[in-house]
Amino acid sequence: MHPAGLQLTPGIFLPMSEVKAVIVKFALHRFQVRMISVSVKVHRPNSRSTITQVTQNAIIFVEHSFNMHWTSHYFSCELWGKNSGNGYRMKSWDAIVIGAGHNGLVNACYLQRAGLDVLVLEKNDWIGGAATSRSLTPGFLYSNCSYVCSLFRPEIMRDLELPRFGLQVISYEGGAVFTQDGDYLANYRDHHAHRREFARFSPRDAEAYDRYARDVTRQCRFIQPLLMRTAADPTSFRPRDISELMYLGKKFAGLGATEMADTLRFWTMSISDFLDEYFETDVIKANFALSGIIGTALGPMSPGTAYVLLHHYMGEVDGSVGAWGYARGGMGAVTKALAASFEASGGTIRTGVEVDHVLVKNGSAKGVVLVDGEEIQGKMVVSNADVKRTFLKLVEEKELPDIFLRRVRNFKMRGSSGKVNIALDSMPEFPALPKDSPVYRGDMHFTDSVERMERGYDDWKAGRWSADPFLDMVIPTTLDPTMAPPGKHFMSCFVQYCPPKVEGKEWTDADRDAFGETVISQIADYSPGFRDRIIHMEVRTPRELEAEVGLTEGNIFQGELTFDQLLFNRPVPGYAQYRSPVGGLYMCGSSTHPGGGVMGAPGRNAAAEILRDLSRGTKHMSPAHDVI
Amino acid sequence: MKHSDPKKLLMARAASQDHFRTPRIASPFQPRIEALMQTEEWYDWAGYKAPLSLWDEELEYFAIRSQAALFDISPMVKYRIEGPDAEAFLNRVTLRDVRKLKPGRVHYTAWCNDEGHVLDDGTLFRLTSDRFRLCSQERHLPWLLDSGIGFDVNIIEETKSIAALALQGPASFAVLRDAGFNGVDALKIFDLAEFEHDGENVTISRTGFTGDLGYELFVDQKLALSLWDRLWQVGEQRGLRAIGYAALNRARLEAGLIVANSDFITAEHAIRADRVRMPDEIGLGFMIDMEKPHFNGRRAIQQARANGGLRHVLVGLEIEGNIPAEHAIVYHQGKREIGLVSAAIWSPMAKRNIALASLERPYGDTITGDLWVEIYAMRELRYQKLMKRAKVVPRPFIKLDRRTANPPADF
Ligand SMILES: Cc1cc2nc3c(=O)[nH]c(=O)nc-3n(C[C@H](O)[C@H](O)[C@H](O)COP(=O)(O)OP(=O)(O)OC[C@H]3O[C@@H](n4cnc5c(N)ncnc54)[C@H](O)[C@@H]3O)c2cc1C
Repeated sequence: MHPAGLQLTPGIFLPMSEVKAVIVKFALHRFQVRMISVSVKVHRPNSRSTITQVTQNAIIFVEHSFNMHWTSHYFSCELWGKNSGNGYRMKSWDAIVIGAGHNGLVNACYLQRAGLDVLVLEKNDWIGGAATSRSLTPGFLYSNCSYVCSLFRPEIMRDLELPRFGLQVISYEGGAVFTQDGDYLANYRDHHAHRREFARFSPRDAEAYDRYARDVTRQCRFIQPLLMRTAADPTSFRPRDISELMYLGKKFAGLGATEMADTLRFWTMSISDFLDEYFETDVIKANFALSGIIGTALGPMSPGTAYVLLHHYMGEVDGSVGAWGYARGGMGAVTKALAASFEASGGTIRTGVEVDHVLVKNGSAKGVVLVDGEEIQGKMVVSNADVKRTFLKLVEEKELPDIFLRRVRNFKMRGSSGKVNIALDSMPEFPALPKDSPVYRGDMHFTDSVERMERGYDDWKAGRWSADPFLDMVIPTTLDPTMAPPGKHFMSCFVQYCPPKVEGKEWTDADRDAFGETVISQIADYSPGFRDRIIHMEVRTPRELEAEVGLTEGNIFQGELTFDQLLFNRPVPGYAQYRSPVGGLYMCGSSTHPGGGVMGAPGRNAAAEILRDLSRGTKHMSPAHDVI
Repeated sequence: MKHSDPKKLLMARAASQDHFRTPRIASPFQPRIEALMQTEEWYDWAGYKAPLSLWDEELEYFAIRSQAALFDISPMVKYRIEGPDAEAFLNRVTLRDVRKLKPGRVHYTAWCNDEGHVLDDGTLFRLTSDRFRLCSQERHLPWLLDSGIGFDVNIIEETKSIAALALQGPASFAVLRDAGFNGVDALKIFDLAEFEHDGENVTISRTGFTGDLGYELFVDQKLALSLWDRLWQVGEQRGLRAIGYAALNRARLEAGLIVANSDFITAEHAIRADRVRMPDEIGLGFMIDMEKPHFNGRRAIQQARANGGLRHVLVGLEIEGNIPAEHAIVYHQGKREIGLVSAAIWSPMAKRNIALASLERPYGDTITGDLWVEIYAMRELRYQKLMKRAKVVPRPFIKLDRRTANPPADF
């Protein structure tokens, strides 16, 4: 039986409400299914029906609040674009991606390679979003936002041939925390050097490191395989979701009773409590705690921060799990290679075009309208912008269910970080370090206790930037000769905490400069003569991050990485599978599973879901590497 | 390192900053070993630059079995454990009954976490009634310190400050005697005693890792070179040679001895939950003393024994042919995969092809017939795939009377 009475006329938009009504009736009748999303594939044209002129073997998109697997039915039609019979001929893209952040580009690459005709629209004159390299002073290239690479999935690098398009990631060596008494605690890559270094502070903690590393590795191994999978929807009874839940359950059951308990604790506890179980020395705890707070509007003593640490450990550089590296040419090299790969496969990128809103007709996305009024048609729209920007700014409220809107509004993405990029005339010196120390080539920090970190967070809660901020400072030019002239250096300082508003008021330029000064003076305390080496500086507060990168509130991960906002809850329960309440409108940014960082997994996973909806093959997408 | 004066503390810390330039540190014996080193084959032993071989791995092995061999064991992890409660503490932590270990004796033991999984095996030296030395492959300071809470005991890591040598082989006693260690003949197997050296003490025990007659010598690191020279001077006449780990490894396999994180994975390093092992699963069940007061892991071990919770067994295998089966898969009836060989050699002393293997029970436990190993022997860029019959045999693979003979013989 086909849905009776449905009239399809080529060339005009199908009244979706009509389709809905018929399908709902049909569905309720025939199957007791809960409906959430997914498209309906209809084939085998039925000559007895009234739509004989409609092209064969095409696809109907149905409003996304419906979900059913409906395989053997009788219609075939194309609703939009090229094949319509009566002269409706505006160019309609197969997919429009809003935003040329790395996830938007990864998504676009995979869709284009699947044979779709894809357009990427970027509001800035440059691409990359938070993974970009720009030259703001002659001879220097900055990694303006993100600055170190580890999370980016190697499967994606290979699928999209990024090495061929110029991407190279170089592992770097350790780093250090400077202590206030003039010493430092270094992290060395060599296992024994690492232990001896810790033993300088505590022989006990030095030996405790193995157990710590084992436990963190265990947790990473549990999480890693989930990165490249669409999270199950636990509220759905679709076979796919059930089997995904079973996969999770089986993995969990495979942990053994103690590990299971450890995992649950780990996902919810504070990084400070977690570290207390292994270490007793302040500076050693501070050394690890930093990974628990980066990009997070929480202090090291807030529950949930242990998981954030994991998020920073589950990456790799060429199989060396947990290692971090520099993208040669700055983090923009990642998106530059993606863009080159995309264009080489026939994709189109337009920069300097801001999307004003998504065109929604009858509950389905039909394209976008730019700020200058230009309308662009598309059979689907994928948003790389964060979930708040996408649904609170680019889609009209009336198109969205209340509960969804409420949850998007409540999605936590509080800005907590700033960035200071510095062009240096010469290599800074840190008298605490031996001159030939490899620490210069790694990440450096000045916060030598968890207590100090927490105080820094207290300032943030009061609406101020930390008077004694936590810095993650690197000098990529020690390994990457492409970012500064010989002998000169680019220094990147990630700064925490930095509030989205200053005591409730908008940031001013004076605030920004004072914030920059706080950072410089902290560095200068440990590096005499530092100020004299500065040639140029870019100071970025959440204000700049929001205005330039489009990160709402300046949250670097497009949403905080606490467990209530991860897996099937990211960004919103029921919509964790890259689809949205609007038909044909998908999300692919860091707001989605598995979250922020230059990882590419959200963009890739979203592409897999889209292609599934289109019944297209995904052979060009490598499955996640085995974790054995 | 609990200094009270922060200035002193800082100075002590700063003084050791530049260790990063030498990630492989030198043993106190390094000048002597470097002088003898010909092959330049080194390996990383717990962060030390240690010789894998010095001149010829095979001949070094024969030096152990025919003359006497000097092997530097300074990198072995050593803890000094002392205090009124030292005995009670160690009795709580380790498997064997420490009350039965008399001063002047050594025993081979192991210790477990609360789940009964082996953290390590090692040797416990009872120097006096309240002073012990625990030697092991891995590091355990946090575990020992945490376990020591409530005991009046002091635990100090002394790996770096104590230099140690293994003097092994049929002529080892003669070397010691000729070097003037009077009374060393009185040492029975697993005895230890203090001897005079350069006005200080050297602890000599009749222990070793070769299954042969042999001794181990422990001395303050500043006396290391003079001790070496003292042995070397008289040793040359008896064919004393310095050896590397490769030769020692052959000897220990013949002796059927296991190496942590080589033949089993220690609990603090096992990332995969199923890789941990209980003592009964790696052939150390004999150490467990259920009669003694509570010890770590006791309840779990008891439960596993009662409820069939022991899943693995470590066995000695004798394999047909002469191709070493290192890391070969073990099969039952040539089909069913039941385990893995962790170490294997052709034994020159036994003239048999021997191996240590971990098997899944009941194989190797109640089912011991019809076992096979699959050997992939790379020969000129081609794998020769061999399916060879294997037989479970008792360890050690060789038994040398001279190891335990009293008094020890000259060779
Ligand atoms: C200061 C900072 C430091 C960081 N450091 C690191 C790091 O070292 N390592 C790491 O792995 N991660 C780091 N991160 C996090 C990481 O950079 C981000 O999580 C990631 O880059 C986000 O990528 P995305 O593609 O999901 O989104 P984005 O990069 O946010 O991309 C979204 C894109 O959409 C565009 N856009 C938005 N709205 C519109 C519109 N209406 N029309 C057109 N275009 C629009 C934006 O301009 C932007 O280009 C850092 C982030 C920041 C901000």
